[in-house]
Amino acid sequence: MTIKKTSLNNLHIKYGAKLVEFAGYQMPIQYKDGIIQEHKYTRSHSGIFDVSHMGQLFISGGDDLTNDLEKIFPADLKKLKTNQSKYSFLMNNKGGIQDDLIITKTSDGFLIILNAACKYNDYEVIKSKLNNQYKLNLDESLSLIALQGPKAKNVLNKVIPGCDSLKFMNGNNYVYKNEKVYITRSGYTGEDGFEISIKHSDAETFVESLIENGSKLIGLGARDTLRMEAGLCLYGNDLDNDTSPIEANLKWAIPKSRIETEFVGSEVLKNQFQSGVKKLRVGIKPDSKVIARGNTKIYNDKNQEIGKVTSGTFGPSVEHPIAMGYVDNSYSTVNTKIFLEVRGKKIPANICNLPFYKKNYVKGEINV
Amino acid sequence: MSEVKYSKEHEWIKLDGEEATIGITKHATEMLGDIVFAELPEKGSNVDKDGTAGVVESTKAASDVYTPVSGEVIDTNQMIVDDPSKINEDPEESAWFFKLKIKDKSEMDSLMSKEEYEKFAKETSA
Repeated sequence: MTIKKTSLNNLHIKYGAKLVEFAGYQMPIQYKDGIIQEHKYTRSHSGIFDVSHMGQLFISGGDDLTNDLEKIFPADLKKLKTNQSKYSFLMNNKGGIQDDLIITKTSDGFLIILNAACKYNDYEVIKSKLNNQYKLNLDESLSLIALQGPKAKNVLNKVIPGCDSLKFMNGNNYVYKNEKVYITRSGYTGEDGFEISIKHSDAETFVESLIENGSKLIGLGARDTLRMEAGLCLYGNDLDNDTSPIEANLKWAIPKSRIETEFVGSEVLKNQFQSGVKKLRVGIKPDSKVIARGNTKIYNDKNQEIGKVTSGTFGPSVEHPIAMGYVDNSYSTVNTKIFLEVRGKKIPANICNLPFYKKNYVKGEINV
Repeated sequence: MSEVKYSKEHEWIKLDGEEATIGITKHATEMLGDIVFAELPEKGSNVDKDGTAGVVESTKAASDVYTPVSGEVIDTNQMIVDDPSKINEDPEESAWFFKLKIKDKSEMDSLMSKEEYEKFAKETSA
C-alpha cells in the first residue's frame, strides 16, 4: 500500500518535520522545536495541526435522514440546530465503540468528522445502516486544519475575519481567497480553537498565513500530550470495540432524551445506565516521576490486578507523569490508591479527576 | 589519557584508568526527542556487558540504557534524574549516566571509535 500524503506535506518538510506513518498517511510527529516546546506553544499562543488524514463525511438527501441517523448515533440530532456540533459514537450491537466522532448539522444534512484509521470502515457501516438511501460523500478533496490555543481566535480572525463570533461546538461557512471554507469552533487540546475544512489547493497558503500571524506547526506527538492533559480519549488506545461510552466515562455524550429510544447498542447502554458498569475509565496520577504507558497493569493494595492503563505520558504543562486507564468500578473513586507495574516494580499512584489540565473553552465572548 | 568509545546501542564510554563513565550519545538524544525521565542503576550493584543499566523516557516512549562493559556501579548522576532535560542539552559531558569500576578492560576492544560510530549512526538512521 502506498503511503498517502496530505496537502501540507511539502510544508511539513519545509518546517523540519520528522515524518512517520500514521493511519496510512505520512504525518509529522514533531518539528524542529520538539514535542515539549510545541505543546507549550499551543498552550501559550497557538498551534496549527494538520488533521487532513481524518475523514470528512457529508451525508444529505431525504426528509428522514435525521430520524435514520438517530437509529445509528445516540446523539439528539433532532434538537441540533444548523451549524451546531455534538460529540458522539458509532457503536456496535454490544455497545462497543467503533469510532468516536463529531456530528455537525449542515444546511442540507450532516457533516461527520471521523478518525483516520476508522474512516473507510465507518463509511461502509453507516452507508449500509442507512440502506444506501442517502448521498454519502467521504470528501477527500478537502484538507482539515486545526488551530488551537489562547491566541487561535486572534490569529484566525486576521486571516478569515468574522470567525471569532463562532460559539464553541458551532460552525459556519466563511470565505478564503474567494473559496468557501467551513470552520467549527472545537478541538482536541483542551484549548479554545477551530477546525477549518478547506480545499487542498488553498491549504498551504492558508497555513503559511497563520504562521505569518504568529502560529506554529505542531506535530502528532504534542497533539497526543495535549489531548492527554485535557483528559480526552484517543480511539484505539482509550476507546475500542469492547468498551462502551458508559465504561469510557463519556455518559455526558448520551443525552437523557435518547436513553429510552432505539439505536445501535441501545439495549446494552440502557442496561448499563440502570445496573452500572464493571470497569470505568479514570485519570491516574503516579506519585513519582515514573511514566506508565498504555497496557501497564494496575493493581490494588492486595496485589490483585484491577485494570490497565490505556494512555500515559509526561504532561509538559502539568510537569508530571499522567495516565488514564480502566479499573474495576469499585476502585474508580478519586484518591483511591493503586499500583502500576512498570518494569517489574509496583509504582504507587492515585485515581484522580480528569482533565489534568483545565482551561476555559469559549462560549461566544464569555468564558465558562 | 582517557579513551572514549561507542556502542551500537548508542552509549559512549570514557575510560580513565579503571574508572569508566557512561552516557548516551547526542545522536541517541536526537532520535529520542525530549527526555522526561531517567532511571539509573543502584550504586554498589554489578552490571554485565550489554545488560540493562537504566532507562530513559521521552514523551513518546521508553528506551533501555545498556552498559557497554561489565563492572561495579561506583557513582550515578543525580542531576539527570532531577532534571532529565539536561540529557538533551549536554549528553556527552555533564549529563553522564553512571560510573563503573571496570571488570575487564578487554571488553573495550569490541567497541567503536568516534569515527566508526559516526559512520554507524549515519548508516543506521538513514
